[in-house]
Amino acid sequence: MDIVVCVKQVPVTAEAEVMVDESGRDIRKDRLVFDVNEADNYAVEEALLLTEKYGGTITLVNLGPESADKTLRSLLAKGTHEAIRLTDDHFADSDAFATARILAAALKSLSYDLVLTGSYSSDLGYSQVGTSLAELLGIPHAAMVTGLEVLDGKIKVERELEGGVHERLEIELPALLTVQTGINEPRYASILGLRKAMKKPIKVLTLTDLGLAEGEVGREGSRIFLNRLSVPPKGEGAQILEGGPEEVSQKLVEIFREKGVV
Amino acid sequence: MKEIFVLAEHRMGELRDVTLEMLSRGRQLAEEAGAQLVAGLLGHEVGPFSETLKKWAHQVLLVDDAKLANFNADAYQRVLAPLLKERAPDLTFIGHTSFGMDLAPTLAVELDLPLATDCLDVQLRDGKLLAFRQVYGGKLNAEMSFARTPCMAMIRQGAIAAGAGDLDGRVTEVDSPLTEEIVYRKFLEYVEAVVGDVDITQADVLISVGRGIREEKNIPLVEDLAQALGGVLSCSRPVTDSGWLPPDRQVGQSGRTVKPKLYVAVGISGAFQHLAGMGGSETIVAVNKDPNAPIFSVADYGIVGDLFQVIPALTEQIRETKGG
Repeated sequence: MDIVVCVKQVPVTAEAEVMVDESGRDIRKDRLVFDVNEADNYAVEEALLLTEKYGGTITLVNLGPESADKTLRSLLAKGTHEAIRLTDDHFADSDAFATARILAAALKSLSYDLVLTGSYSSDLGYSQVGTSLAELLGIPHAAMVTGLEVLDGKIKVERELEGGVHERLEIELPALLTVQTGINEPRYASILGLRKAMKKPIKVLTLTDLGLAEGEVGREGSRIFLNRLSVPPKGEGAQILEGGPEEVSQKLVEIFREKGVV
Repeated sequence: MKEIFVLAEHRMGELRDVTLEMLSRGRQLAEEAGAQLVAGLLGHEVGPFSETLKKWAHQVLLVDDAKLANFNADAYQRVLAPLLKERAPDLTFIGHTSFGMDLAPTLAVELDLPLATDCLDVQLRDGKLLAFRQVYGGKLNAEMSFARTPCMAMIRQGAIAAGAGDLDGRVTEVDSPLTEEIVYRKFLEYVEAVVGDVDITQADVLISVGRGIREEKNIPLVEDLAQALGGVLSCSRPVTDSGWLPPDRQVGQSGRTVKPKLYVAVGISGAFQHLAGMGGSETIVAVNKDPNAPIFSVADYGIVGDLFQVIPALTEQIRETKGG
């Protein structure tokens, strides 16, 4: 089973303070750490589990700058086979649709039984690239996948709905699945794997290599535009308890007592 | 604008809340722009839904087909693509739900329409549509515009308050263009979560742990606090994803909705999906080291600090108070 996994490198912001930069349309990234997008990491693990069971190769495809090689190498180190990075100045400011169009151009020359992406990205969170890519490739898809089982020429998948409900469906291969977090337990790369991955070549493709025109990518090729980022108004918000651990604990216990909890 | 089209979403015999939320915003926009508000209802034997929907829209388009009995993104797309091509509504709303995520992006690509996903709101400003989203886990707001109209927007469930339904729209039946079952994609069944021995929806006091706990071995720290307070341990999605606590402990959109007397959020930043599951709690206390974490905007009391120092101190304090 040959699998293509589309991966994105994102700033890690779950526990970091996020600040808007001077352009007003992006964030300050100088003090942030970058890593593979969380859902994409689960997609890569799912690909590893499938190829371990059924054989085949895993090709990573990334749309990003040269610095994304760090992420690609960390994923090659886990046992994925090849990595392709799509890099061109013209790709900047591509929206989710233009991003899907660039990825589709790259996937046209690849053969695959399955394409996996994460179900959303932890930065802009459009949940749009994967399924748009499936439509551009003309293959069946399923979004928010939390389980899968390979059958003969088909795949049985479980999708997450809201409120703890899931649905099971069967789709024909080749297909594209957007993988939801929690589907598996992503492995860590070994030191030996990392050392080997440093020597693996990363193929770089540009706008021209992909046979795309300038107007099909970037801002010009986009259908929606991010005008402005802002810090959400605080509203009433919480009453912040000040002081050291003991002091705030005392204040909290007092509040719990008022509420009749202790 | 001439027409705003809202796709009704229903599952297992129930109209989903997001439908009336979208229709409420759709109506506001339709009134501002002098447009018609149309609700699209696809399904099988869903007549009662059209009775509800006609109170919220000027027109309900009902496509009844046994092949639409359960949601199937491909079947929906085959029905909606020609319908939307013909009607060309200026704006189409689809819920930013699991169904919506499976359908809207592929439909938008087929129809060549701009699509803004996961919108908290869509408004008309100086005759132009703007979409408002959240990025970076709710830490920043983003204002989006569309390259052109017609366009599509997916609306987050629970983001818009549903108004009153006092219209009396007409229901129009539309023939289903489906001639055969979709063979490359088949719906099999729904699977409902099994509730374990602990039902977090019944607890008066919930101590909820999130990503900030870092490692599985640190969970007992929070478990101790739950025990001292006589409460139950719950969690946010990353903890379930990591397999540190079972899914029946998960609070949020994909887990359980809870309304305890006291909810203590420990190391939970407060992504919308989590807030949707606990916002109705009576008293909310949050402990987080990021002062800008969205959880503080819904909490009553907040502690900005290191949970590894605060939680043991708090547990100790409660034990002393109870013991004394």
